[in-house]
Amino acid sequence: MPQNEFIELRRKRYGYRFDYFERMRKKKAREGHRRASFAKKVHGLRAKLYHKKRYTEKVEMQKKIKMHEERKNKQKVLDSVPEGAVPAYLLDRENVSHAKILSQTIKQKRKEKAGKWNVPIPKVKPISDDEMFRVIRTGKRKKKQWKRMVTKATFVGDGFTRKPPKYERFIRPMALRFKKAHVVHPELKTTFYLDILRVKKNPSGPLYTSLGVVTKGTIIEVNVSDLGLVTPSGKVIWGKYAQVTNNPENDGVINAVLLV
Amino acid sequence: MTETIICQFQTIDNEKTGPELEIPKNITISQLQILINELLKNEEEIPYSFYVNDTEITDTLLKTMEEQKTSTEQVLTIIYQPQAIFRVRAVSRCTSSLAGHTEAILNVNFSPNGKQLASGSGDSTVRLWDLNTETPKKTLEGHSNWVLYVSFSPDGKKLASGGMSGDIIIWSVETGEKIGKTLTGHSKWITCLSWEPFHCDPTCRRLVSSSKDGTSRVWDTVNSTCDLLLSGHTKSVTCVKWGGEGFIYTSSQDCTIKVWSAKDGRLVRSLEGHGHWVNTMALNTDYIIRTGPFDHKTFQVDSLSEEESKKLAIEKYQSTKGNRTEKLVTGSDDFTLILWDPTVNNKQVARMTGHRQLINQVCFSPDMRIIASASFDKSIKLWDGNKGDFIGTLFGHVGAVYQISFSSDSRLLVSGSKDSTAKVWDIKSKKLLNDLPGHSDEVYSVDWSPDGQRVATGGKDRILKIWRF
Repeated sequence: MPQNEFIELRRKRYGYRFDYFERMRKKKAREGHRRASFAKKVHGLRAKLYHKKRYTEKVEMQKKIKMHEERKNKQKVLDSVPEGAVPAYLLDRENVSHAKILSQTIKQKRKEKAGKWNVPIPKVKPISDDEMFRVIRTGKRKKKQWKRMVTKATFVGDGFTRKPPKYERFIRPMALRFKKAHVVHPELKTTFYLDILRVKKNPSGPLYTSLGVVTKGTIIEVNVSDLGLVTPSGKVIWGKYAQVTNNPENDGVINAVLLV
Repeated sequence: MTETIICQFQTIDNEKTGPELEIPKNITISQLQILINELLKNEEEIPYSFYVNDTEITDTLLKTMEEQKTSTEQVLTIIYQPQAIFRVRAVSRCTSSLAGHTEAILNVNFSPNGKQLASGSGDSTVRLWDLNTETPKKTLEGHSNWVLYVSFSPDGKKLASGGMSGDIIIWSVETGEKIGKTLTGHSKWITCLSWEPFHCDPTCRRLVSSSKDGTSRVWDTVNSTCDLLLSGHTKSVTCVKWGGEGFIYTSSQDCTIKVWSAKDGRLVRSLEGHGHWVNTMALNTDYIIRTGPFDHKTFQVDSLSEEESKKLAIEKYQSTKGNRTEKLVTGSDDFTLILWDPTVNNKQVARMTGHRQLINQVCFSPDMRIIASASFDKSIKLWDGNKGDFIGTLFGHVGAVYQISFSSDSRLLVSGSKDSTAKVWDIKSKKLLNDLPGHSDEVYSVDWSPDGQRVATGGKDRILKIWRF
């Protein structure tokens, strides 16, 4: 084994040997012959390994040649006919489709008002109070039973201030509080890690909604301003609803589907 | 004893017919018709309509006089107008829904003899349909983008189609082959096409096209060359018409209408008066020019020799036009219509106001008596074709009305709308006659065949529907 970079050092000091490039050229020219004779001679497992290696090399080479050829040949650009044909008398009127979009938005608004969404999980198993809350005994003799601890995941807003602990009826444990959710965009088939803005509706009841309890099937509002979604009128959409698809209290994360 | 009144019959051009007659007041229309046929010594009876002070007599003379409160002391002038001898029956049912186009149908057009039907679509093809079996006949492929306008030549043998990319292709209707080269020259899309009228040139050689690029071009379809370039508009040309008097009319979004000489492309006059885009135009001779040599007698005749048909066309043009001038009506984005007398001067004859939205199409009835205008305010309005007086409004659509088309006897009108329906209207009673539902999206184009047999509609739902009575 060479102990130092003495070849480089010599080259640096005195330059290449005079016949260096000539020798390299010859060696390169002989390379093909050498390989061929080796390929013929080799046998057994070594042959198998060698041929496999050579085969992959050749495939790689072919691909590279093909790519270079494609780059050279100018390809004809297929211009496809745009969709959404309109007659000549409507071509200069861009606002034609406005009415339709408007009516759609009105429909959407009505739907929101009615509190009905076309949701991915239409039916949710009702959760009883016993399952949702654990009774906490208080008082010196632990005989008062008016305090409850939420056993499910919750969302607590940034601006939340606790009541004095003495009067706090519901305890939302820190370990089960969430601020972010993994939201799947069903059309883009991609997942985003988005901030939760609020809990819109918990199907188990309005009390849980107000407490911010997140269970399976809950509708949450998420902050989609990073996604760059735009309303028909050109404004950036800030919040959008999503439905929770997993059991956050079991999994430790919130997964949700965006309602588009 | 019945009361009598002295009256004088007159034609629409104020020519007196026969002597002053003393007739009973309770005379009915049918009796009046017998009388006028006798006076004119017509061999076969022609139906007439009668007007007293511009209102039509609908029942008896007495009733109209009472409504009008006309004096019985003076000589009453009764104006008579001949009506179409034949009657077109109102279409009421859909006989076939023809699928085939893979994009919205943008334009449908019947050939002048009503035997061919062509449709242009957003899938960049033109399709010809067999009307006897109501099946697809040919698909004409050649355009590279949407086909916005299709138009049959007046002899019905050629078809011109203009596309979104500004190219025009002439097709042979019989074989479905392309004739000559693609006519290129426009830099933007084609908005309208119009052939030289048959009575001017029975060989159907020349064609005028208008485009978004602000120019119009006259093409020689035999040599596939551009004959004349009509430039002068500063904005998109929306509509072009080749009139029967050797003029070409173009309307534009620069608020003007220009009249050109068809011979040398000289600008004859410029008509100014609209305050916004001019969208559409109609000539009172549109129907005669469109049908060329064909009328209710010759629709059935298969082949006419060229000489014969030219003679017929000239005769028909002269007799129908009479001594009237060619009138032009324009509809605009400023919600008004203007009636012009473009062959004589550049003055407005009348300005018709009343619409509350832009006017998308205007149409003269084949007998030149009525103008109909389709507007985005969901209504169609009817106006007098001579003076521009308001006649009535046809309400019923719940979306913008895109296109209208008269039946050849001028008694019916069909309209297509954004609300995905077509409707048939009765002109006399100004009422909805038939609703033609069936399309699942906006109806972009309607056409009533010149022989009155069929109506074709096409729209965004990509289906061509044929309606019959």
